[in-house]
Amino acid sequence: MERVPILKIGDILLVSIQVDMSDQTAVQLQEDLAERIVDTGCHGVIIDITALDIVDSFVGRMLSTIASISKVLDAETVVVGMRPAVAITLVELGLSLNGIRTALNVERGMELIAAAHADELDYQLDDDPDAETATP
Amino acid sequence: MTAGIDLGHPQAQSVRSDEDVVRVRQLVRTVAVAVKLSLVDQTKVVTAASELARNTLVYGGGGSVEVATVENGRRKGVRIVFADSGPGIADLDLALTDGYTTGGGLGLGLSGSRRLVDEFEIETSPETGTRITVTKWSR
Repeated sequence: MERVPILKIGDILLVSIQVDMSDQTAVQLQEDLAERIVDTGCHGVIIDITALDIVDSFVGRMLSTIASISKVLDAETVVVGMRPAVAITLVELGLSLNGIRTALNVERGMELIAAAHADELDYQLDDDPDAETATP
Repeated sequence: MTAGIDLGHPQAQSVRSDEDVVRVRQLVRTVAVAVKLSLVDQTKVVTAASELARNTLVYGGGGSVEVATVENGRRKGVRIVFADSGPGIADLDLALTDGYTTGGGLGLGLSGSRRLVDEFEIETSPETGTRITVTKWSR
């Protein structure tokens, strides 16, 4: 069975799916990613699907599941690089990819994650009464 | 891998594992490209084939897929037959409803793939299993 590699770039895990995944490969990726998020403490996951010809209901569900798992593990998932034909087909198939953040490319995906993480830090600071002296 | 494919004859692929589902996708794409479907139509028919081949495996207990080119005057198309000798579909109307599933999936395989193709036929019975024929025509 083929395995999809997971790269760590700074505070982000980058997954670029380059193969036509079997269902088993997709499930394996889910498990590998959950482990890597915990091992690295990364706050963001970018899944690049530029190379995918199709996203069927199984892969769609995998993307939703990865987003949910990473949320629970304090990481934000962004799916990037969806082809126009894939987007059209997904909608007609009836798959809404609920709960999945998307961006057009890896760069914008990184910006989205950085912004989400910054918001979260602000929120934590606001919540902490001791932090008030530190923030003018 | 799919080089030297003879489009004059239907191509058969058995479906016994999820690796075979990948092979079905590749076979359907090759034929869809050969009959000059648009990129969106290629994507739709390959996606439908992926859903239906997975159904053949998961619900039909495995089976076979046959991919052929068809012609209707000026238009060409790809016709795919998915056959299994599984238990058949008990309630076809219900099975074709969005969101209905007996297998823990999303319930979009059958209903969704019907929307992605131009022609969609099902024959199913507990004795003979299920046979689904879909066709996608070039525009």
